Amino acid sequence: MRTREKVIFEHSHPGRGAADQWPHDPGSAAIADIPQKLRRTQRPLLPEVGELEAVRHFTRLSQLNFSIDTHFYPLGSCTMKYNPKACNQYAMLPEFLARHPLGPESHGQGFLACMHELQEMLKEVTGMQAVALSPMAGAHGEFAGVAMIRAFHRSRGDLARNEIIVPEAAHGTNPATATMCGCVVREIPVDAAGDVDLAALEAAVGPNTAGIMLTNPSTLGVFERRIEQVARIVHAAGGLLYYDGANLNAILGKVRPGDMGFDVIHMNLHKTFSTPHGGGGPGAGAVGVSARLEPFLPIPIVGREGERYRWLAERDRPQSIGRLSAFMGNAGVLLRAYIYMRMLGREGMSRVGEYATLNANYLLALLKERGFDAAYPSRRASHEFIITLKKQARDLEVTAMDFAKRLLDYGFHAPTTYFPLLVPECLLIEPTETEGKDTLDAFVAAMSQIQTEAEQEPERVTSAPHTMPVRRLDDVRAAKQLDLTWKPTAQS
Amino acid sequence: MSKVPADLKYTKTHEWLRTLPDGSIEIGITDHAQHALGDLVFVEVPEAGRAVKAGEPCAVVESVKAASDVYAPVTGEVTAGNPRLASEPEAVNTDAYGGGWLMRVRPTPGGATAALMSPAEYEKLQQEEGD
Repeated sequence: MRTREKVIFEHSHPGRGAADQWPHDPGSAAIADIPQKLRRTQRPLLPEVGELEAVRHFTRLSQLNFSIDTHFYPLGSCTMKYNPKACNQYAMLPEFLARHPLGPESHGQGFLACMHELQEMLKEVTGMQAVALSPMAGAHGEFAGVAMIRAFHRSRGDLARNEIIVPEAAHGTNPATATMCGCVVREIPVDAAGDVDLAALEAAVGPNTAGIMLTNPSTLGVFERRIEQVARIVHAAGGLLYYDGANLNAILGKVRPGDMGFDVIHMNLHKTFSTPHGGGGPGAGAVGVSARLEPFLPIPIVGREGERYRWLAERDRPQSIGRLSAFMGNAGVLLRAYIYMRMLGREGMSRVGEYATLNANYLLALLKERGFDAAYPSRRASHEFIITLKKQARDLEVTAMDFAKRLLDYGFHAPTTYFPLLVPECLLIEPTETEGKDTLDAFVAAMSQIQTEAEQEPERVTSAPHTMPVRRLDDVRAAKQLDLTWKPTAQS
Repeated sequence: MSKVPADLKYTKTHEWLRTLPDGSIEIGITDHAQHALGDLVFVEVPEAGRAVKAGEPCAVVESVKAASDVYAPVTGEVTAGNPRLASEPEAVNTDAYGGGWLMRVRPTPGGATAALMSPAEYEKLQQEEGD
């Protein structure tokens, strides 16, 4: 059993320390130009521990990580896929690391060539006409996408188009993005099988329609089967189609958003293309567009002239929505995505989609066999699927959250809980392509075991986790009275 | 089964309406809705004087699971938002039809109204949603 690790201040004893690592007294000359009133009069409160104690403390903390390198992590590409170590290794080559972003183009031709190839590969895999790499996260890419839709309509003098249609199965960030870009959000429903309600769409489009934001497969874990009709209806009304790349993993190398009729797409390179983003960043939200939106792409973009590469900037792209980051986005993340794609190659790219989908469908089939309820039982899973524990919550008073917490005791990270909001007591499960059958079988066995516990000794499940460093947390109190700072008590 | 008081009207988006003696309408979310959301940690209600339109978002309720819009069942002007909820959002959980009311609205004469349901109809809706 893992135990709670104290904060390092709690290990502290006055006078202890790694004496050989203490800073030398700089002498008064070194601080002569610091004004008296800015000088500290009391010693800072620092923990005093020996070197070995410090090593053990931080090593123990690192062992508390529940990470994809140690555990099955069915949050899937929605959060982070396995990060192949080679991507990291090659991106750390000194020639990349030492490159200065203000250095001349002639000194960074190798890096620029990689970025140009990345743009080309992303165009190919998404079926878009042009790609820009500078947005620094998924939401940033979304912002760029909707900003381009607005810029397109404005450039034609079509000023009334300020409505973005968002199906209720769209990604949760979509309405926020549309609002950030000054648009009005119109939500439309999906039908019982999870497809967009075409009649509602027909009724919603009109002369104010700027576009529609869609995720396909949707957050319901199913492929939008009538996407071509959706595209026809929106295009006929003068609107554009935005593809949220959240679920691109499902269709990688198989179906291209460009071929489905999308005009703009953002890709989460830090998800679909496997770059690390622990702790929330950094990400990379590259955007791709159809030909008519190309002039509006954010700059800079890497252009190629013969064998030379150069930045395309304001003078090349006067209609651009502008710069979204200093320099050209998160260069290190883009490099890792580039290496990942080069390692996969064209065939490997299709296998990602195939195995992600196969693994999800295998898990779904097995869970259904063990008596769990699929939220959309008539549908095949994409790379993810939803089960609903409505029955367990009603009959056994054991909720989706209880199952999620108990899974931790079995050595599995919990899947996404209570999302999408449309499905009560749901778990959204995404295994990704990198898991083998053994792991998937073990996960199903754990779910079955928890189901048995829920029937025979529900207390065991509702009071889980039992083996984590902390027990069930009071998340209501945590949300209302956020308190993250350790405060010294007696001895200070 | 969640409580569905017989003297109220309901919407399919889980708001309840109570007509007050002065003709204004008190609005809240149903017991079923608060139960589905779980413990609320934040409630945002409109201030007096704000115009609301039937069918459009007029308040936000946030739990540890989700943030949801509350839709105005009538078009009109807000006469009061429940001041208690800023510090005690849990009142919606503990007393959805009483102390947990969200706002009071004076309907615009002849203004639009969302499709309203009787208690029996709303109970049926809850059953369909598997309460």
